[in-house]
Amino acid sequence: MSLDIDMAEIAQLFIEESMEGLDIMESELMNLEPGAADSETMNTIFRAAHSIKGGGATFGFAEISEFAHHVETLLDEMRQGQRAVTTEAVDLMLQSVDCLRDMTSTLSDGPTDTTRAKELEIQLETMMQHASPVAVAAGGVGQKGSQDAPAGEPADDNSHVGSWDIHFKPHADILRSCNDPLRIFRELASLGELDVCAQGAENLDFEKLDPEECLLAWKLSLRGDISRGQIDETFAWVQDECELVIEPVGDATSQDESNAVDASEEASAEPVAAPASNEPAPVKPVAKAPAASQESSSIRVNIDKVDALINLVGELVITQSMLSRFNGDYDFTQLHILREGLTQLSRNTRELQESVMAIRMLPISFAFSRFPRLVRDTGNALGKQVELRVNGENTELDKTVLEKIGDPLVHLVRNSLDHGLETPEVRKAAGKPETGVLELNANHEGGNIVIEIIDDGAGINKERVLSIARERGLVEPDEELSDERITNLIFMAGFSTVDKVSDLSGRGVGMDVVRRNIADLGGHVTAQTETGKGSKFTIRLPLTLAILDGQLVRVGKETYIISLLSIVETIQVGSDMINKVAGSSELFRLRDEYLPVVRLHELFGIEADSTNIDDGLLVVAEANGQRIGIFVDDLQEQQQVVIKSLESNYKQMLGISGATILGDGTVALIMDVPGLIQLFHNKGGKLDMPATATA
Amino acid sequence: MTALRKQVDELTSQAAEGDAAGQYLTFLLAGEEYGVEILRVQEIKGWDSATPIPNTPEHVLGVLNLRGAVVPIIDLRKRFELESIPYGPTTVVIVVKMINDGHERTVGLVVDAVSEVYKLETGEIQPAPDMGGSINTEFVRGLATVEEKMLILLEVDEIVNFSTIDIDESEEAAV
Repeated sequence: MSLDIDMAEIAQLFIEESMEGLDIMESELMNLEPGAADSETMNTIFRAAHSIKGGGATFGFAEISEFAHHVETLLDEMRQGQRAVTTEAVDLMLQSVDCLRDMTSTLSDGPTDTTRAKELEIQLETMMQHASPVAVAAGGVGQKGSQDAPAGEPADDNSHVGSWDIHFKPHADILRSCNDPLRIFRELASLGELDVCAQGAENLDFEKLDPEECLLAWKLSLRGDISRGQIDETFAWVQDECELVIEPVGDATSQDESNAVDASEEASAEPVAAPASNEPAPVKPVAKAPAASQESSSIRVNIDKVDALINLVGELVITQSMLSRFNGDYDFTQLHILREGLTQLSRNTRELQESVMAIRMLPISFAFSRFPRLVRDTGNALGKQVELRVNGENTELDKTVLEKIGDPLVHLVRNSLDHGLETPEVRKAAGKPETGVLELNANHEGGNIVIEIIDDGAGINKERVLSIARERGLVEPDEELSDERITNLIFMAGFSTVDKVSDLSGRGVGMDVVRRNIADLGGHVTAQTETGKGSKFTIRLPLTLAILDGQLVRVGKETYIISLLSIVETIQVGSDMINKVAGSSELFRLRDEYLPVVRLHELFGIEADSTNIDDGLLVVAEANGQRIGIFVDDLQEQQQVVIKSLESNYKQMLGISGATILGDGTVALIMDVPGLIQLFHNKGGKLDMPATATA
Repeated sequence: MTALRKQVDELTSQAAEGDAAGQYLTFLLAGEEYGVEILRVQEIKGWDSATPIPNTPEHVLGVLNLRGAVVPIIDLRKRFELESIPYGPTTVVIVVKMINDGHERTVGLVVDAVSEVYKLETGEIQPAPDMGGSINTEFVRGLATVEEKMLILLEVDEIVNFSTIDIDESEEAAV
């Protein structure tokens, strides 16, 4: 193609679109499962496959288009009602979708591994050959064509290199699907020497001519060293909308010729089998993200959000002009204009900030969409019957959070399937319905998003958890723990209650990693369980990672920011309320709890106004269920701060989650409470006291 | 943007291949004149107090707001274990781009004063002699003589490596 556009960029677009198409295929295939083929669903799947095939051929990804072609052929038969939609067929299709996804995602890294594709192709062909009775009766010709394919097609596609005669008779409505024969000819001409001869002009009735119809046929002869594959590629988009005969000329051997006849037969047979496929229709504009495990670099934004943003920018411009009217005239009588302007400006800024954030917000269905498939596959593998219920899938959260929450969610869901839900027999014996229920909920709660994973399985065995924790030294032998704390022991490193390491979970790193990943996002996870009734995992996440509501605190000359979400309260304590354990570690009693005092000036090695506990304030902060009192000199204002990474130019620091720039242009560091606790640990402070004081 | 990026990459890879010719910005530090590749210099700004980061080595003075980016500031005297002097009117921060472990960072270097820009040919630059095991010479790219003065040309990427300095085990575990 002699286009000036960067092909690599377009190819990237193709990859993204194909990924979306594959997601659509997958979710629609899942809808198919009950058995009967709903024609709308079938068409959606078919269109997605067709677009991938066409796109693959256009961009020269022959493996993809070839494989997609096989998938498409099978889909087409189903769509036409020539073949029943069976579970095996759906399974095979799902595997093919996976395979195509793998192939597409590795496209950018060079040659694709086609072994799996070849295996699946063989399976697809086997299925095609076991034609259902309907197929024989209605689609004999199409069937014949595709049966011929395995014998002839893959081998002879590229064997003949030379000159070709092409007879091309497009259907009358080819122009309506945006395919222009001229474009095809131009492309062919770029391959070699091309002679074009139009046919059928003599029969045209000029009186009734419709300029949107293509009534001509062409005889093309192409001279040069050209492979069949190159020609097929050119016609890839239109092969369903025309009669196409491609014959080698000149020194071709007889075998080549007979193969070519086969191939042409196949090509000409195809339109008979697929007359309805004439529009490479745009895939339905269903917003689907690539599988959430990949971090995509582009984002699709609802046009309403963009419009709202443009409106706001308009308002900002008005505010600016209002303020510039004030320019130069610093009279007292003008002051009210300045005040008004500033009020408006601050409102504009906040609204602008909110709508810019909204652009990054995506519904959680992007992360949830993979679960129907996962639950189905995992359930089948484990021999468990599972019903998945999803609520609140339109809850929006930040794109970055969304991308990173995918893996922890998968882990928790697998865990519930593997360890939580029981097999039908066990469930029956326990008097429960044979089908287990797995529920995924998402909703907003204050400035947080809460995701729940609930199963009605066996629940977590607390005695077993406790005995394992004791065995592994995670809990002191004589330590008494609340039920809640026992349940949450499963999130500790190196903990796994399953003796056998299964394919799905039980590596003993899982829950610990889940907790850490969620903590990295500024959230936390807790578990609740009731033996015999089921368990519930609750994930709390901040809505966004870019802005946080912060409390500014002062220690000496330095200003630090503590996230308001982690602050429980701020109190003034007298030195008489402080107990010293072994002379050094300070504890103070807050109602029925003893909390350690973390002296920020000591931890950070800076000068404080006063080291006397009476002069300062204690900020009680909580992280991972642990509370500490952070000793600071003074509280300053609360404000929203934009988080700047410290890592981008420096590196990650324990106890500091980032930095921000204050109104006066100076940099202030943002405290990371879990990190502070760990830093406090490392510096020899003690936190291992019972959480509840015994009265 | 990508074209610019490519250009920078090309230039840096050239430099890595030992082609040290080019323009150098020189600065003074404890009486000696040091040079850094001028293409790495983003800007020169006056000294402004930085926000200290707790628990960092002494030569990391803290972070500064550079038009919205948070940039660490290194005191080169402390980095080279030279005697510290109070910052004066000539004290400047040279903001450079350094690449280590494939990660590009913007870092400010506090020096006594900026001096000149010299154009040096490959032939004028000689490799740093072995100065004995006690002195760490990996950040010295070479030496050059200009107007009877010795210039110490620095390898910008090696001046500080944040990924290796002062990480103790507990910190690494936390990250």
